[in-house]
Amino acid sequence: MPERTLAVLTLEGVRVTVPAGTTVLAALQNAGLSPLRRSLSGEARGALCGMGSCSECRAVVDGLTVRTCLTPVHDGQSVQRLGIVNREV
Amino acid sequence: MKSDLWDAVVVGAGPAGLMAALTAAQGGLRVLLLDAQPTAGGQIWRGAAAGQKGAAGDLLRDVASHPGITVLSGAEVIAAEAGKPHVLTVTSPAGLTHVHAARVILCTGATERFLPFDGWTLPGVVGAGGLQAMSKGGLDVRGKRVVVAGSGPLLLAVAAGLRQKGARVLAVAEQAGLPGVAAFGVTAARLPGKATEALELAAGLRGVPYWADCAVVRASGQDQLQTVTLRRGRREVTLACDYLAVGFGLMPETRVAALLGCSLDAQGAVDVNVWQATGVSGIYAAGEVCGIGGVDGALLEGFVAGCAASGQINRLHDAPRRAEIQRRFQTVLERSFALRPDRLPIPSPHTIVCRCEDVRHGDLQGFTNWTAAKLQTRCGMGACQGRVCGPVTETLYGWRFGGVRAPLAPLPLSQLLAEPTVLGPP
Repeated sequence: MPERTLAVLTLEGVRVTVPAGTTVLAALQNAGLSPLRRSLSGEARGALCGMGSCSECRAVVDGLTVRTCLTPVHDGQSVQRLGIVNREV
Repeated sequence: MKSDLWDAVVVGAGPAGLMAALTAAQGGLRVLLLDAQPTAGGQIWRGAAAGQKGAAGDLLRDVASHPGITVLSGAEVIAAEAGKPHVLTVTSPAGLTHVHAARVILCTGATERFLPFDGWTLPGVVGAGGLQAMSKGGLDVRGKRVVVAGSGPLLLAVAAGLRQKGARVLAVAEQAGLPGVAAFGVTAARLPGKATEALELAAGLRGVPYWADCAVVRASGQDQLQTVTLRRGRREVTLACDYLAVGFGLMPETRVAALLGCSLDAQGAVDVNVWQATGVSGIYAAGEVCGIGGVDGALLEGFVAGCAASGQINRLHDAPRRAEIQRRFQTVLERSFALRPDRLPIPSPHTIVCRCEDVRHGDLQGFTNWTAAKLQTRCGMGACQGRVCGPVTETLYGWRFGGVRAPLAPLPLSQLLAEPTVLGPP
């Protein structure tokens, strides 16, 4: 049985412990943080493709906007969902 | 003087890319293997560990331990220019790098085809392969109610995989008719190794309804998916569920190939000859980027490309016979699951087509081509750069999506401003 290592990260200010090898996307989903973002017209959105094509799972990880499905969890990471984006603002 | 030139750069570390890299390295080439995902294996072998029992584990171990192969994960090609040498621009957590290659082997795989219907933008509506990938990435699906829909044999593999992870699969809804699905089953069962695979799949799906001739009508919910409505014959069926995993087959991922000037066939796959060589000198392609045919075909093509790129023609004596078997499989696959317009979802004028820019089906009426629509509506100009809506407009409106240009992925400004480094062989 391989050793099961864990990563401790902060999701919107809350510390969570997840298995290493998890994606940031899965950490967000398992924490129930939905919607991941709001569309230009304010619709709720979540991840679609799971493999880096659609960009729906974008979030801010340690200050950089990334596709969370391509981003592995690391100890000490800080993750924020994108704020509400609105074309008029 | 130390040279910055790689003998071969393999783009994509799925089955085709792993096999191509290993084979080329066995032929004495210094190989760089690039992959966008955090770990090698591609989508089908996502999460597989080097050394685990079976073909995936063996190949991952052999690649990881071969001294002639350097693996760079989390690396995406964002620009590519064919020449002497070929130059690829690659973004990775380490920054922006240039890679010089005598030969390039494109094993970029495939992406899922999505089609729009009312509610497809709700959280909880995900790709079929998409939900599989998320589950392999750690998403907990235990006890979740899932409807798997769309088209292709992938739906069955996804349903079985999710069930194994503890999800409750309520139904598999396939747009193709039963005769087509049955023809595919019969052909697959005759192929070496496929019969066992099919039996295991069937065992994993016992008790799950499989509905052929079934169309997705709409997804509903307030900020989150709550129900899915399907049409079977003339009857509509509404199911309450947590996830709708929906995909309409796979499409070759040809963007890097397009930047390098490789020509595509009528199905949108990269054109190659019997040696997996494209029309551009020194550029090879293998696996699903050359046509959707599954893991066995990908491994074979990766082997052929690796041999051809390193001049090991003597190892290819059995390849034409094996390739012929794969081609027959691929033909039946295409025919059995061909998309049928009367079984595809029908967007309403209000249905979003471009998810990044919130462009609706109704906004796109009156346009006759991609470029005009893009200029007027911003369709395809968002973060995904048309990777989702481009193919949608091909299916819905018959447009030719010509939106492939560098950079292929969004880049942080800091990377754009920094001088790229050159990544040479060790």
